[in-house]
Amino acid sequence: MSQPEEQHTQHSISYGRYILIWLGLLAFTGITVTLAGIDLGRWVIITSLVIASVKSLLVLNIFMHLKFEDKMFKIFALVAVATLTIFITLTFFDYAFY
Amino acid sequence: MTTVARTPEPDYLHAQTNRKGIGAWIFSTDHKRIGILYLVSMLVFFIAAVTFGVLMRLEMLTPGKTIMQPQTYNTFFTLHGIMMIFLFIIPGLPAVFGNFLLPLMIGAKDVFFPRLNLFSWWLFITGGLLALVSLFLPGGPADTGWTFYVPYSIRTTTNVIPALMAAFILGFSSILTGLNFITTIHRMRAPGMDWFKMPLFIWSLYSTAWIQILATPIIGITLLLVTIERLFGVGIFDPTLGGDPVLYQHLFWIYSHPAVYIVILPGLGVVSEILPVFARRTIFGYKVIAYSSLSIAFIGSLVWAHHMFTVGMSNTGMFIFSLLTFLVSIPSAIKVFNWIATLYKGSIKIEVPFLFVLAFIFQFSIGGLTGLMLGVLSVNIHVQDTYFVVGHFHYVMFGGTGFGLFAAMHYWFPKIFGRMYKNVPAFVGWLLMTIGLNLLYFPFLIMGYMGMPRRYYDYLPQFQTYHVISTVGSWVLVLGIIIIFVNLILSLKKGAKAPMNPWGGKTLEWTVASPPPVENFHEIPIVEKGPYDYSEYEIKPEIAK
Repeated sequence: MSQPEEQHTQHSISYGRYILIWLGLLAFTGITVTLAGIDLGRWVIITSLVIASVKSLLVLNIFMHLKFEDKMFKIFALVAVATLTIFITLTFFDYAFY
Repeated sequence: MTTVARTPEPDYLHAQTNRKGIGAWIFSTDHKRIGILYLVSMLVFFIAAVTFGVLMRLEMLTPGKTIMQPQTYNTFFTLHGIMMIFLFIIPGLPAVFGNFLLPLMIGAKDVFFPRLNLFSWWLFITGGLLALVSLFLPGGPADTGWTFYVPYSIRTTTNVIPALMAAFILGFSSILTGLNFITTIHRMRAPGMDWFKMPLFIWSLYSTAWIQILATPIIGITLLLVTIERLFGVGIFDPTLGGDPVLYQHLFWIYSHPAVYIVILPGLGVVSEILPVFARRTIFGYKVIAYSSLSIAFIGSLVWAHHMFTVGMSNTGMFIFSLLTFLVSIPSAIKVFNWIATLYKGSIKIEVPFLFVLAFIFQFSIGGLTGLMLGVLSVNIHVQDTYFVVGHFHYVMFGGTGFGLFAAMHYWFPKIFGRMYKNVPAFVGWLLMTIGLNLLYFPFLIMGYMGMPRRYYDYLPQFQTYHVISTVGSWVLVLGIIIIFVNLILSLKKGAKAPMNPWGGKTLEWTVASPPPVENFHEIPIVEKGPYDYSEYEIKPEIAK
């Protein structure tokens, strides 16, 4: 099973793109904070979770270079995200049914 | 299993290194030495935690004060829980026997990240020391119980923050060990060892490692949030600040229930490993046992809120978590039935590791069945927070994993230290431990069902008989543990030299010298057969006719 060392290539992402993504993350944070002050009813949770998911995807793909990794790493990351999704969904069986 | 060229190089215990004395151990990246480091440090915490437990039992011998004040009792059950859970039973089998055996059993020279492995041990020690330091800082030891439930953990003036930080650091150690094991299993298996030629102990370590990676970060952030709330008064869990205490319980149990499976899965793996060796029989249902480990890890991660049926959850939530709790019993039962089927028509050789495994199956079954009772909503509400829960928990944790650990110690002791132990004291120790454990914990189930609440310092006179039996049981159990430890410690020096394969095991660790050489294998073995091929002992159909 021992496999040869994989060739790791440097994936250059320009500083400009990093800054753009960072600004995007800040903007999303601003939107989350703003939405917290607006009464959206049940939608407040859904919108917050969607924004958080998009932010996580950006961090994982760009800053953590998951975009350039092997399929195996992507599957592992997906398992982690899927587990978290199940945890959150199950928790809502308590909170959403009053 | 396969032929392996053995080397004349020195074993790992006598290897020459750049450092001398203790430095050659605490800075070693050899997975075997790290396994021993965990063993020694973990046993120190175990002895301390057992002492707290025995003193608590002594206090419960009579109603009212027997030997200590109520606050001391609160502190003792907290320390007993924190030490047993975070410092002994969670790292127990994976960190000690996983570290020592994983590379040997898959035909590798070490784990994938040896330095990270050493770092994990250092984190473990740091967390352990922090927990100890918290005992002596002004404010006094934490008195929240090992669950750190809010709002009490936010308001008590005892040293909760150091205890929380200790658990946080120990969590990191656990995550790194899990990460190391998953990578090692994926990347370093010997040629020919496909997934279904792996020993079942490795399957259990693999399943455990996934829980360690996925669930532990959740307790990390939760403990951090309690710390932030205590330090800065941010309203997260405290209702007076607008927080939600039930949310804390969700977050705590999202980790802490799977943690129970971190504890028990390697124990189940040990049973699957030892049973076929002493039954001289190919394990029954290999693939199903392997898949059941993964199923337990997965379903077991989804049942956490069954700890919270009385906190005011929604009925839908209670129904779903009760159902999931029943589902997790299926893969657990599959294992038990397959073990029994393995024994059927086996050429059984009774040795001490095998006896520990038999006691494991018996006690784990009691723990599992009482777990099913607790999964029933109506019964759960009746026995919530009583000794019934404590009895169930200890049957699974000590009667199961604890005995699995003692089974593993007796099974792999010759391999790890290259010495045999004396059988008679080991047998007496096993007998006393088994009698003691059942005397200690079975009365818990009865008095819990009758309504004796857990963690209470005082009790009504009608419970005293059960408490007396239980306390006597604790003495018998401790006597058994002392005999076992004395026997093993004496055998380290005086035991007869162990052969390479004293039990007739078929897995790869038995193909190297006892104790193993530094690099494990001179040449990486090529695996051709499965790990439990005892066909030579089995009666051929034509002969049977």
